[in-house]
Amino acid sequence: MSTAENFPAFVNRKSFIELDGRARARSLFDEGTAKELVGPFDRVQSPWLPIQGVAPQADDGCIVIKGKIGGLPAVVVSLEGAFQGGSIGEVSGAKMTAALDLATKDSETGTKTAAVLLLETGGVRLQEANLGLAAIAEVISSILALRRHAPVITVVAGTVGCFGGMSLAAGVSSYVIMTKEARLGLNGPEVIEQESGIDEFDASDRALIWAIHGGEQRVGIGEADELVEDDAGRIASAIRSYVQAGPPSEYRSEQVKLNRDRIATLDMSKQIDPISLRKKWNGNDTTGGAR
Amino acid sequence: MSEHVGLRGRAWFQALTGKNEPLAGDPGSVLASNSLLGNETSLFLCVVPNTESRFPCVRDGQVGLEEAYTLAIRVREVMAEDRDKPKSKKRPIIALVDVKSQAYGRREETAGIFLAAATSADAYASARMAGHPVISLVAGHAFSGGFLTHGYQANRILAFDDAGIVIHAMHKEAAARITRRSVEELERLGHEIAPMSYDVKDYAKLGLLYKLLHVENPLQPTASEVEIVKQGLIGAVQDARSGLTDLSNRLESDAAKQTRKASIAVRAMLEAQWKKS
Repeated sequence: MSTAENFPAFVNRKSFIELDGRARARSLFDEGTAKELVGPFDRVQSPWLPIQGVAPQADDGCIVIKGKIGGLPAVVVSLEGAFQGGSIGEVSGAKMTAALDLATKDSETGTKTAAVLLLETGGVRLQEANLGLAAIAEVISSILALRRHAPVITVVAGTVGCFGGMSLAAGVSSYVIMTKEARLGLNGPEVIEQESGIDEFDASDRALIWAIHGGEQRVGIGEADELVEDDAGRIASAIRSYVQAGPPSEYRSEQVKLNRDRIATLDMSKQIDPISLRKKWNGNDTTGGAR
Repeated sequence: MSEHVGLRGRAWFQALTGKNEPLAGDPGSVLASNSLLGNETSLFLCVVPNTESRFPCVRDGQVGLEEAYTLAIRVREVMAEDRDKPKSKKRPIIALVDVKSQAYGRREETAGIFLAAATSADAYASARMAGHPVISLVAGHAFSGGFLTHGYQANRILAFDDAGIVIHAMHKEAAARITRRSVEELERLGHEIAPMSYDVKDYAKLGLLYKLLHVENPLQPTASEVEIVKQGLIGAVQDARSGLTDLSNRLESDAAKQTRKASIAVRAMLEAQWKKS
């Protein structure tokens, strides 16, 4: 009897979430095609952290790898959630924007180059405040410029989630892939609790957090495209099919009227029940995530 | 914060357009008007507080779901109407910015405020890329996701040279808590480290601004100041039309060459390695 018969599939699966940012990015490329650009040995680090007594990192928590995915040119930009919460500072932001802009340039001159963004991030790095915020505005702009030519695929895998200004980057992406463990939203639960009080959001209520921000719910209400199990092979294959699919016919962030009309019919006198919202908007019939 | 957020935005919207009411069908929190700027019609947009809003977390001038979608609708309307015009005839879009932040609410998160904010940023950026000059005038506060939703996709940003202007990623109290510092320490660091400062003069050092404009009291514009600001906006529109439709100009000023040296260096290095790969 082989081990495959003795153990359920999940025992043999290779977790994507357990990989660090660099290994996640590497795992997506066709064998032998991946090349990291402005890697740690180039020692490009944040000029703002050391003067505040914060240890910088030689890649600023942003990994850029170029290569081929499913035979097609692609660049993967991966944010390392373990460094400063995956936050966007001047350097990490500039790396991301530059990679997107170069993909656009190549696409415009005939080499369509897709971008995959692995977003594990709380948004702006507060130690670089205004430069982080400006960088995010530029990232959004660069995604919009690229997505007309080639798909920009955002993956939110877990456990840091994708929050703050970078959630807008997910919002303007061509496709968004999430795992069940991942969360996506503008304001994290702690921020809401801090700003609007515990009655508005109890940040210790984990079931509530995943019912609102979790991958199942985001896919369930149609605000993300695909829910994928935390399995490196499955995530890579989902990405591959979106790279091959090319740009979608319509972008979620262009569906202004649909979304405004949806908001107009919501009863705001009380909190919204996430499950009822899923039924109402009926994006997908995923189950689970209920509380 | 010595005054309510949004009052300056409203005052300038009124001064520049002569109007002070939302368009039919729009929420009370978004002012929009197609008004003359110099000799051409421009779309003016402003988010203002709405104490009556059915969304409790936007009543003090935050940008929420209705605000973001309404801004996107108005911008896309103008884009559609001007679609077949040459770039030199595409209507300027002027964002008057005085927003507290994005809405911090459970209702908003549940319904996907991230997507609403992205939809608005998309509309502004798409208008810019289509050739509309998109100009922001920061008249008061420009915070965080609120600014990303309304104003930060402009290809020229102007601000008043005034102590009441605050452009930042997070308000002082929260930023202090999250970075485990006192507000005093944060203020001291802000004076030494330009990107952390809450002062608009330090913001100007980042090279992201097209111009600072001076008015005596931004809450009460005088006729001559309105004229100066109009000229400033017209100049920005002309400058935007003569340049590229992306945001590359934000790295080209002398200030950017100083303060955003690392951004410029990273871009050059990545480009060199990209070509070789």
